[in-house]
Amino acid sequence: MTAATILRGRAWRFGDNVDTDQIIPAKYAIYSLDEGRLGQHAMEGVPGNEGGWSQGIARGDIIVAGSNFGCGSSREIAPIAIRGAGVSCVIADSFARIFFRNSINLGYPILQSPQAAEAIEAGDELEVDLEAGVIRDLTRGDEYRADAFPEFMTELMRMGGLVPWVRQRLEERGGRD
Amino acid sequence: MGMTMTERILARASGRDEVRPGDLVLARVDFAMGHDLTIPPAGKIMREQMGAERIWDPERVAVVQDHFQPAKDAASATLGRMTREFARDMGVRWYFEVGQGGICHTVLPERGLVLPGELVVGADSHSCTYGALNNFATGIGSTDLACVLALGELWFRVPESLRFVYHNRLGEWVEGKDLILHVIGTIGVDGARSKAMEHTGEALRHLDMEARLTMTNMAIEAGAKNGIMACDDVTTTYLRGRAQRPYEPVVSDPDAVYERTFEIDAEKVPITLARPTSPDNMASIDEVAGTRLDQVFIGSCTNSRITDLRRAARVLAGRHVAPWVRLIVTPSSHEVARQAEREGLIRTFLDAGAAWTTATCGACLGGHMGVLGEGEVCLSTTNRNFPGRMGDPRALVYLANPAVAAASAVTGVITHPREVAREPVGA
Ligand code: SF4
Repeated sequence: MTAATILRGRAWRFGDNVDTDQIIPAKYAIYSLDEGRLGQHAMEGVPGNEGGWSQGIARGDIIVAGSNFGCGSSREIAPIAIRGAGVSCVIADSFARIFFRNSINLGYPILQSPQAAEAIEAGDELEVDLEAGVIRDLTRGDEYRADAFPEFMTELMRMGGLVPWVRQRLEERGGRD
Repeated sequence: MGMTMTERILARASGRDEVRPGDLVLARVDFAMGHDLTIPPAGKIMREQMGAERIWDPERVAVVQDHFQPAKDAASATLGRMTREFARDMGVRWYFEVGQGGICHTVLPERGLVLPGELVVGADSHSCTYGALNNFATGIGSTDLACVLALGELWFRVPESLRFVYHNRLGEWVEGKDLILHVIGTIGVDGARSKAMEHTGEALRHLDMEARLTMTNMAIEAGAKNGIMACDDVTTTYLRGRAQRPYEPVVSDPDAVYERTFEIDAEKVPITLARPTSPDNMASIDEVAGTRLDQVFIGSCTNSRITDLRRAARVLAGRHVAPWVRLIVTPSSHEVARQAEREGLIRTFLDAGAAWTTATCGACLGGHMGVLGEGEVCLSTTNRNFPGRMGDPRALVYLANPAVAAASAVTGVITHPREVAREPVGA
């Protein structure tokens, strides 16, 4: 299950320090095994979104946020809820570490680009080339390069996350027994 | 070039002589923890997706029923059951049932399960708490935990280290909580993003283990990967009779490299609170005194250990909670509750008109037993006050130490404890 390498969608803007309680309020943690249900409540904890947010999302749309996106709890349901809402990737000035880890482990695409996070405006049409690490703002005709991740992380993302990686290691070990 | 304690632990665990910040390492894990919100997904990922049938070492895993337990509704009962069944099926040695453990980050240190020199992971962001015991401890996600449960190893990026040196001694009524809120207020909620926070200095030597755990608990509120302290007499005394395994402390080399060093004069740090709606929204007690409150919560893995309850009870003794204010006291473990019972603290809380609850996360994450409604104002001894953390997104939460919480419950507004108690705590 490797992610598609070219993503396209409209930009949804968020500010700095959007924490996991805003991405998916703790009360929905009880649906931790139901991605669709989590998706329905994604970003609902952001003040002003109490009535819901994901209804307005078209599959493929993209979140563009400021610094420290996903700070707060270790809830892996944060990237899962965003994915469940149909968001194809998240672009941010920077990510909080556990959100970052969880996304990589899930093989869910995230891109760090301070320039893109600064310039892209709500509603802009975006195109993201994951392999090349390039973000294009089609509305404005601008192009940004995302920060490169270390090789091992890129490899995990390419494999589809930590699950296939562990399967491979377990097989290697099984072979040794 | 020397290494910091964090680097030393990651080097040992990854079988290398040396690591540097930025290195990616595959490291052996010494101890792992999951709870009722993170074990169900991790167990499912491990068994169904990764195809592992057993866990790597049942002796080195703790499973704790704390977040929504005792079950707050039918859905959380299901999570509790899945957690219980996983622990039973896998033969987990350190399983803590409702009524027998409490909050994971209090239970693991007090049972001597997380030790100096070790690499510890927990599927909960406040797993950084354990670092006060001189280990590298960090929070991970459910897929991470599944990987650790299956293999006993995980990938880590070696963090840069920031050093915080606390000079002199703390002032009256000032606690570990105030120091860490002061630091977070100074560097911001992403001031230590993905880095190690190493705390050291004279002021720490006079802090008990509980106050130290409060400080490393909140490393994540500055965005840090881990918080860590040296092993000293306080540490070894705390571990005597508790440690479940032999351990080997680590020290930072004199020529270890720090990205930055912060010098803090502990004597000058005032009683510090965080205003709504962020832990770095720092205020001294004088700036917020008089703010009207609806609820006061003394609880959580941050500030509800025995010394915290003693400080609160000392202020509350012989006094009563103000009309129209509710005080909820949730001990952070059953061991703490038992000790509070032996010392007569529970009586003090009940006589003061507080709601005394079982040991659980409860109100801390807006789960149950003290969820806030729209527009309500709460003073809480917990670690997070983002919008919606304790209930409605329009509720407002101030973070403070337990003595401030107790004094404020008595007056109904944010209050300096000296206004309420004549005698300073511990005098
Ligand atoms: S008490 Fe609060 S911060 Fe601590 S583990 Fe429970 S929910 Fe998390």
